[in-house]
Amino acid sequence: MYPELGQIALILALLLAVLLSVVPLAGALTGRDSLQAFARPLASGMFVFTGLAFAILTHAFIVDDFSVAYVANNSNSMLPWFYKFSAVWGGHEGSLLLWILMLTGWTLAVAVFSRKLPSTMVSQVLSVMGMVCVGFFLFIIVTSNPFDRLLPNVPTDGQDLNPLLQDIGLIIHPPMLYMGYVGFSVAFAFALAALINGRLDAAWARWSRPWTTIAWSFLTIGIALGSWWAYYELGWGGWWFWDPVENASLLPWLSGTALMHSLAVTEKRGVFKSWTVLLAIVTFALSLLGAFLVRSGVLTSVHAFASDPERGSFLLMLLGITVVGSLALYAFRAPVVHVRSRYGSLSREIFLLLNNVLLVTATLLVAIGTLYPLVLDYLDMGKLSIGEPFFNTTFSPLAIAAGLLLGTGIFSRWKKTDGGWLGRKLLWPLAVSLVASVAVIKMYGDFKPWAFAGVFTAIWVTVATLWDLWDKSSSRKGRLHGLKRQTRSYWGMVLGHLGVAMVMAGATVVSNYGIERDVRMVPGDSAMVGDYQILFKEIGDRRGANFTAQYGSFDVLLDGKKVSELHPEKRNYPVGMSVMTEADIDAGLFRDIFVAIGERISDEAWAIRVQYKPLVRWLWLGSLIMAIGGFLAIADKRYRIKARNEAADKARAGNLVTGKHAEASS
Amino acid sequence: MKRVLLFLPLVFAVAVGVFLAAGIGKDPTKLESARIGKPVPDFSLQSLNDPEQLLDASLLKGEVSLLNVWAEWCPACWDEHGYLMQLANEKGVRIIGLNYKDQRETAFRFLGRLGNPYQQIIFDPQGSLGFDLGVYGAPETFVIDAEGVVQYRHVGVVNEQVWEEILLPVINKARGKS
Amino acid sequence: MRYLTALMFLLALAGVARAEVAEVYDFETRAEEQRYRDLIAELRCPKCQNQNIADSNAPISKDMRDQVYRLMREGASDDEIVGDLVDRFGEFVQYKPPVDKRTIVLWAFPAIAVIGGVLIVAGVAMRSRKRDQEEPALSQEEKARVRQMLADKDQQS
Repeated sequence: MYPELGQIALILALLLAVLLSVVPLAGALTGRDSLQAFARPLASGMFVFTGLAFAILTHAFIVDDFSVAYVANNSNSMLPWFYKFSAVWGGHEGSLLLWILMLTGWTLAVAVFSRKLPSTMVSQVLSVMGMVCVGFFLFIIVTSNPFDRLLPNVPTDGQDLNPLLQDIGLIIHPPMLYMGYVGFSVAFAFALAALINGRLDAAWARWSRPWTTIAWSFLTIGIALGSWWAYYELGWGGWWFWDPVENASLLPWLSGTALMHSLAVTEKRGVFKSWTVLLAIVTFALSLLGAFLVRSGVLTSVHAFASDPERGSFLLMLLGITVVGSLALYAFRAPVVHVRSRYGSLSREIFLLLNNVLLVTATLLVAIGTLYPLVLDYLDMGKLSIGEPFFNTTFSPLAIAAGLLLGTGIFSRWKKTDGGWLGRKLLWPLAVSLVASVAVIKMYGDFKPWAFAGVFTAIWVTVATLWDLWDKSSSRKGRLHGLKRQTRSYWGMVLGHLGVAMVMAGATVVSNYGIERDVRMVPGDSAMVGDYQILFKEIGDRRGANFTAQYGSFDVLLDGKKVSELHPEKRNYPVGMSVMTEADIDAGLFRDIFVAIGERISDEAWAIRVQYKPLVRWLWLGSLIMAIGGFLAIADKRYRIKARNEAADKARAGNLVTGKHAEASS
Repeated sequence: MKRVLLFLPLVFAVAVGVFLAAGIGKDPTKLESARIGKPVPDFSLQSLNDPEQLLDASLLKGEVSLLNVWAEWCPACWDEHGYLMQLANEKGVRIIGLNYKDQRETAFRFLGRLGNPYQQIIFDPQGSLGFDLGVYGAPETFVIDAEGVVQYRHVGVVNEQVWEEILLPVINKARGKS
Repeated sequence: MRYLTALMFLLALAGVARAEVAEVYDFETRAEEQRYRDLIAELRCPKCQNQNIADSNAPISKDMRDQVYRLMREGASDDEIVGDLVDRFGEFVQYKPPVDKRTIVLWAFPAIAVIGGVLIVAGVAMRSRKRDQEEPALSQEEKARVRQMLADKDQQS
């Protein structure tokens, strides 16, 4: 009974989405307030019904209702309750429902938090969101109904959740990732609304900015969680494999990063509008492309959902309509007039434009690298694989160039920066970074040019960011007062850039100075990895809730003293007949020690993989700091709703629309 | 003129879309063998039935034949075996077996249960010939022409549909050539 | 500093009865081991979803690792080793696509894009500068706006 209600809820939500995509837009175009007033209630209703459907599916999992095909395929009565909960988004249908729940959630958030905005703008934005929702509701109802029943032959038990997904990282990774993907739909909707009504101005940029930043922050966390999960769960200590699915999440992240920076220029200086609006469209299009790549089966990946051509075609159609429609609108409506604004060749505008060049190149590089095998196969020119070695050689120089530019750009000024002044300004930070990087490289060992370049870039970004903070916070009333005076969005930027530096440092050091060994060990043996000694004590059997395992015991020793005890496992899940390598890790801020059990070589001996991973945590810590920076930036005063000067706000909004005094109100 | 430039993203997106559309429904894991057009590599391995008898690449010359890679441990091999029997008995196809990474006793048990469609079986317990042929799992089926050159490789189960649509046309072509 | 820890380490080791364990594959030097690791990380398992032969448990990956090791022992170069496996399993098994006329666009893309992008930005900057020279300096109204903006920025910072 309940599952059918869930399906009905989805259909009702679809109807509301159809209304939302038509009624408020019509109201805005004809100037009828009565029609525009429908926008908010429709957005709320859509969210409520989707939430209801989601709750019903969750209920089916919790009560082990195996008459629902999706539950039977992705759960098992022996599964612990929290995995039953997360199994809701463990497969294609449920994760799509989660995606839609978030899409309607973002729509509702726009409806709630944009009361200050002109109602025509809000109506158009919500209508565009409604259109995106219609597409996804149709997709789930037509091709991927999570409430399909297995009647009358109800299985007695489910097929179990993929053991890879039975993990805390996988409980939170997809929701975060989807929050990011879907969040970019708001920037997309704002861009389309601005194109429709021709008001592509500083005000539009200001309204889009917080939404873009928050979506970006979620996506950052989502990607970092995925990388962290792959690191400890896939069993081999890799944190990024340039797998198509990983690339699919990196694409909107890279273009979203470009978008955030470009929006800053458009908001502050009113320039590069056409470019910014294009990035907003492309970023969301790349989010959709990611969904397509993961769910259509056109590419081979460890993470992809089971492929289904029908779903692939439907999604491609959805993607095609969205992208072709919005880019056509862009081609006809984007302004071509050059804004009468001046900036010198060393201005911050130019630095941000160069940053965009690098980020967009990186985006295209990842896109081309991911899709190239598909294209060659289509042209019958052979089956190629494009993986880690290719991306490492081509992507790293771009990342380093972007970092070097970032450190320099921090010191630049809007409109015009004096070349000589900038040169003198850079001198000391450069010297400090150089010395520090030499010291760091010496500490880690051999000199490797790329390792040095990466470490130098990371330190350079850090030094430049802190130097600028020091400059800006000088105050007659003391340093503390100076620091307190900085805006939240400035702090957000500082954290964002420090996070980038940490990720760069972590990536460089772990890939250049990490040690990985496969050794043959019998209990009692010990192996060296870096300065650490790994002692294999014993191996025995252990039973878990829904698996049996070979359970190893290892001591980690440094200078003969025991640092920690590790228990990697090799698990056997009988229901799905799968074997999983569960590595165990002694985590630390400056290094991880990683031990995993490989194959059994003889009765006594095992292949054991031992790894020393310096600074690997910085990858995820840095990402977290970046995301915190993003959340901080949107808490900035100028984005906050102040009920008490609503009147003043209205007047300001009026001005903003004309774009004349965008700066004056910041 | 500048307006025209704004159409570039649209054109680019449509081009990407065409390739994506072409990719739907294709199996990205399907690999063509790298050995196609090359002779079967030299080998010298025991016959499964008779350890005294050494087989080599000349076994696969003189007549178009199917080289079927199988093992007792491979579940899909159990599935396809019935059809292989049919091919050998009813259609008179020359099938050579390559017993891959298996043991003699288990292999005999398998044949005892399901019958033997093979004219000759190469015993390759180490998988060395398999490795040289680029075999990465079982079952795989190669079409070898009369000169002993690999014409085609099929990965997975051979059934009526695979035979009619894929293997038979390749075999006819190979027969027509010689 | 590093040497000191290493030394302390050796001393500590002296107390441990067992000698250092063997690698699953034995190498004479660290450089050789690293070379082996780089090679198996660059080769793709033909049977798996998308894994290199270093990380894959599939039997074929083990055969391929064995072959890499055997060829290294025989003194083959990296290209010969990769070539040997490509001959058997196809180009699909290399994660680093060869540079040839099919892939030149792929390999050259970042350089072309960056150079192109920088040229465009240079064009934008030049045009802005040219306009700066041609047109009169800021109008009265704009000057007022700039003053306001600057004042604003000071407030912020």
